[in-house]
Amino acid sequence: MKKFKGLPASKGVAIGKAFVYQGEEPRVVSNFIEDVEGELTRLEQALKTSREQLEKIRAKAQAEAGEEAAEIFDAHILILEDPVFLEGVKVKIAEQKINAEAAITEVVREYASLLASLESEYMKARAADVEDVGKRIIRNLIGVEETSLGNLLEPVIVIAQDLAPSDTAKMPKDKVLAFCTARGTLTSHTAILARALGIPAVVGLGDEVVESIKTGDLLIVDGEEGVVLLAPAPQDLEKYRERQKHLEVARSEEKLFAWKEARTQDGYRIEVAANIGDVESAKLAIEYGAEGVGLLRTEFLYLERSTPPTEDEQYSAYCAIAEALEGRTLIIRTLDIGGDKPVPYLKMAQEGNPFLGCRGIRLSLKETWLLETQLRAILRAAYQHNIKVMFPMVADVSEVRRVKELMAEIRNELEKSGIPYAEEIEVGIMVETPAAALAADILADEVDFFSIGSNDLIQYTMACDRTNEALSYLYQPLHPVILRLIKWIIEAAHIKGKWVGICGEMGGEPKCIPILVGLGIDELSMQPAAIPTAKRIIGAITLPEARGLAEKALSFSTPEEVSNLVSSWLRERLKI
Amino acid sequence: MPEITLVLRNKVGLHARPASLFVRTANKFKCKITVSKDDKEVDAKSILSVLSLGAEQGDAVTIKTQGEDEVEALEALKALIESNFGEEG
Repeated sequence: MKKFKGLPASKGVAIGKAFVYQGEEPRVVSNFIEDVEGELTRLEQALKTSREQLEKIRAKAQAEAGEEAAEIFDAHILILEDPVFLEGVKVKIAEQKINAEAAITEVVREYASLLASLESEYMKARAADVEDVGKRIIRNLIGVEETSLGNLLEPVIVIAQDLAPSDTAKMPKDKVLAFCTARGTLTSHTAILARALGIPAVVGLGDEVVESIKTGDLLIVDGEEGVVLLAPAPQDLEKYRERQKHLEVARSEEKLFAWKEARTQDGYRIEVAANIGDVESAKLAIEYGAEGVGLLRTEFLYLERSTPPTEDEQYSAYCAIAEALEGRTLIIRTLDIGGDKPVPYLKMAQEGNPFLGCRGIRLSLKETWLLETQLRAILRAAYQHNIKVMFPMVADVSEVRRVKELMAEIRNELEKSGIPYAEEIEVGIMVETPAAALAADILADEVDFFSIGSNDLIQYTMACDRTNEALSYLYQPLHPVILRLIKWIIEAAHIKGKWVGICGEMGGEPKCIPILVGLGIDELSMQPAAIPTAKRIIGAITLPEARGLAEKALSFSTPEEVSNLVSSWLRERLKI
Repeated sequence: MPEITLVLRNKVGLHARPASLFVRTANKFKCKITVSKDDKEVDAKSILSVLSLGAEQGDAVTIKTQGEDEVEALEALKALIESNFGEEG
């Protein structure tokens, strides 16, 4: 029995067989070896297996697609048998005393570059064939299954060094029980995908996990604690099967909650809304029980095109989303992009640090033509729909005042043209820079609401990149320091009679919700899949209880203490 | 040590399926077989080496055999090339 500890990226429990995903490159561990004979025998065995595999694949290809499709595998088989190629590998093993994997990698590289350097396209393509055969031999040396997930009969737990969108895109999702990666952070692709699919995931487990686990090994994955158990003992299996049952019950109970308005046990209303980025998600959000949309990311209208979206295009999109929401609140966030994601129709200056550069509202105020078009579309759409607007990346009150001036000008224009528009619209800002947080009392005079952008707020406050694994100990939503900031923001707003929502990831995290409620948050906006659990948590807590938890949390000095505090509460009350 | 020089008339030369056929045929024999183009000589039983010759339609290649069944080997390979590897071009 072996236990691996990593970061809990997506909650849930999975019990099943491992599938070690090697991705595009089998990971070659190069070693020096003593026993040349033994190594050559290993090689022979791997070659034999490779040949058998290729013959099977060739037969399948011929049956399914005909002679021509099968021919490519003939070429692979010939490469496998190529005497010059094999001699080269054997000589390397005997003379340099390196292991078969390393020898193959080197020889393949030599041939591949030779072929790639030749004139004809045909030859260049053969370089890929050599590499493919090399990978097959190496896979057989290491003992990794080639079967893609699609061929499997039962779902598996995917183990990988790391998973890129291109890797997971190919996986049939109904065959995946959980994801476990050696690398990765809580906001990496693996984590986000797992949460969206509602399956457990543990990341940052370290390279050991890929080296020790073999395809077919029995594993338990605890996405809550961030633990993976290899070859678990019977007591562990029993304990986790129990937990799985509890979670199932919880999930079906949650579905009942989805349709109710979120209220604390003692009757206080907390709005639970969705973060969405397109029209489709609006419908999905309703299915999950969203009471509104706390964040509509508008980037989908601007990215991956060569011209900016027209006012009418935007107007149609905003109306379509508002209609899908059937009258529920829709908060539209104006364009939030920067130098890291250049668009062809905007001339953006080269920046040394685009994340601290001209982005969000700064970019909008620089390219006012772009902002004006968006605001026109929003004001027009807001005429007949329940729409609010908010601005990203605010750091200074002058930015807010300027934007309000622009809005007034636009209203005048629309008035003059006789185009209907919303005379009154709630205006809010994302509070995601420390400057905005600290100036919450000043900014509260200028706007109707705040939405805390916790992802960026945490990054900027802790001065850490959330994708930097080495710094994951700093990117902690439950860090008492972050909680202090949030408390200050909420209090400053409430004194001025303004409401505060949160649209960063922590708003949807079970461990954060009780604290946020206790700090006085008015609205939580999150990815749709997190809504049922959020409502359930809110329904299980009383305001005094939540306040008690928040106060206690604020007295701590480490995020671990806060995490343990809330975990105990969650386990006791909700068994999750 | 018999040898023969032939001009490749088939469309793709010593690539793809023809190359595979060539190498497979060569491997049926026990003798040592080489094929060369200009002054580059390679082992005819090695697909990668044969491909690396880059022999195209119209190129002249020289086949040399040496060993037990050298005569049969040369005949077989000669017949293969002269039949344009059994294809149209």
